[in-house]
Amino acid sequence: MNYKMKLTPEEEAILNGSKGPAMAKVIKTLVLYGDAFGAERFVPVTAKGHLVTSFGISVLKPVFSIMDELIDGGLKSAQPFTVDPRPIDYDNVKCNLIEKLIFNKILYGMQKPYEIQLKKLGLKSSKSFTCTCYMDEVGNVPKKGDVLSWAESSAVVYANSVLGARCNRNSGIIELFGSILGKVPEFDLLTNEGRKAKWIIEVKTTRRPEAQVLGSAIGLKVMEDVPYIKGLDKFLGTELTDSVKSYLKDMGAATASNGAVGLYHVDNLTPEAVESGEALINDDAKVYVIDDAELERVKNNYPVIWEDKNARPERCFIGCPHLSYSQLGEWAERFEAELKKQNKTKVVLTTIMTSAPEVIEHFKKDNKVAYDKLISFGVKLTSICPLMYMNNPLCGKKPVITNSNKLRTYTTSRYFTDDEITKIAVKGGF
Amino acid sequence: MAKEFKGRPVIAGDITGEAVVSRQGVNTLATFQKSALMKKKEVICSDQNNSDIYNKPLTGKILCLPKTIGSTTGGMVLHTVSALGIAPAAMLFSESIDSLAAAGVILADVWTDSTIVAVDRLGDEFLNYVQDGMKVTITSDGTVTVE
Repeated sequence: MNYKMKLTPEEEAILNGSKGPAMAKVIKTLVLYGDAFGAERFVPVTAKGHLVTSFGISVLKPVFSIMDELIDGGLKSAQPFTVDPRPIDYDNVKCNLIEKLIFNKILYGMQKPYEIQLKKLGLKSSKSFTCTCYMDEVGNVPKKGDVLSWAESSAVVYANSVLGARCNRNSGIIELFGSILGKVPEFDLLTNEGRKAKWIIEVKTTRRPEAQVLGSAIGLKVMEDVPYIKGLDKFLGTELTDSVKSYLKDMGAATASNGAVGLYHVDNLTPEAVESGEALINDDAKVYVIDDAELERVKNNYPVIWEDKNARPERCFIGCPHLSYSQLGEWAERFEAELKKQNKTKVVLTTIMTSAPEVIEHFKKDNKVAYDKLISFGVKLTSICPLMYMNNPLCGKKPVITNSNKLRTYTTSRYFTDDEITKIAVKGGF
Repeated sequence: MAKEFKGRPVIAGDITGEAVVSRQGVNTLATFQKSALMKKKEVICSDQNNSDIYNKPLTGKILCLPKTIGSTTGGMVLHTVSALGIAPAAMLFSESIDSLAAAGVILADVWTDSTIVAVDRLGDEFLNYVQDGMKVTITSDGTVTVE
């Protein structure tokens, strides 16, 4: 095999089979991956892993074969890993008999055996199924400067931007290989140069922008480049409070799904921007000004791809990425106010809010009043991935609304702002 | 008239086929998922947001694109369609290959019996020149001839 990366004698021995044929294929894959991006060497992974592939979807048979090959070769992740959310939860996300049959037998028929594979390879716990593994409750919170082997675009952009960890936008399987080897090729967002901004975003809105639309506008403009965002600290302040981190979580997920952003800096707020300021901006950085009209333009351009564009919505998903503890409380207040306004006691539209299992437990225990309110309003709380629930020909035909720009991008669901969706959910229609 | 372009072979190979062209980033999950899920013998692009290739057959074709976009399941999806024998024969990138597509073609190369030939850095002129249905010949040194 010809390669350009400089390997240590130990890495070279692994490539030549010193730790068995499966490990040789793992490192070969990572060497080719590093070579494609001009990586010169491997660097150690310094924190827990996070995997994007959480679903035992039958068609992924080739992935399950790789997993078997790794397990048969006695391989396991060097550190435990968390994984994206499960696709189904019949208790809280109701399905009819035909849907259940298709989910159980055709779509997610491999869920149980796949979870056994994950456990054998180093899954942290049976509760570790969430896209927001970086929540304190979940316990996969990297430190500034940690090198990660993660996939899940929304988690990668959060870890890089809000936590100051270092991770490339890895694909599924590649992230597992990095965790197993305990090393990743060093390139792009793992380097100081790769973390410099190629865009300056000037936020000149008259009020705090909707996180999901701002992220969408930025992602659509800069695609995979790193943006340095100015003017947002005016609305968010200069402290990473729970509420601010939740805002950045949602904004980041939209930059990563509407574009392919893996890292953003927010002036006076995110760790590297606080530390280095405008020194993070490349000399030839382009400028994108975002004002109220630009946000409106971006939002108005989202296509409505429902079969019947005037259909009455059947379901509402809130929480992609999964909601934080503080967001769950805020939603309880938002629904309470709107129900009062519309003189109702329960939401009319089937409304499903998603959050990590351990965050829901925390919410149920430490904010019981708000938890009980949400349940009494008829809102369902679950830990599934709405994207995986929607991403099939059966559910894809349903008129679903969401406040998530990520869910909008990958499915047929229709986007509404937090305020809009609250009104629609309570009323049961437009 | 034949025109030659020079790129960097990421997964080298010698192959000739018919071009299918996307001028915008290809969302891998959205493009391949429907055909894969329904266990079709041929991939028909299911990404309604990509009017360039929506509803067009991709299996065995030479997919010409700037880069791939979207979910980090992208590489895994490419590996899966390759293992199932329904992937494009080659992917030609006008820009530098992205991390998700690179993962997909490398995983296919190392972990399956089939290969998706991949050449990147072919330049904007390549993507402006190539049209759907044109004959494309790729050689293992990264030379791409379009006619």
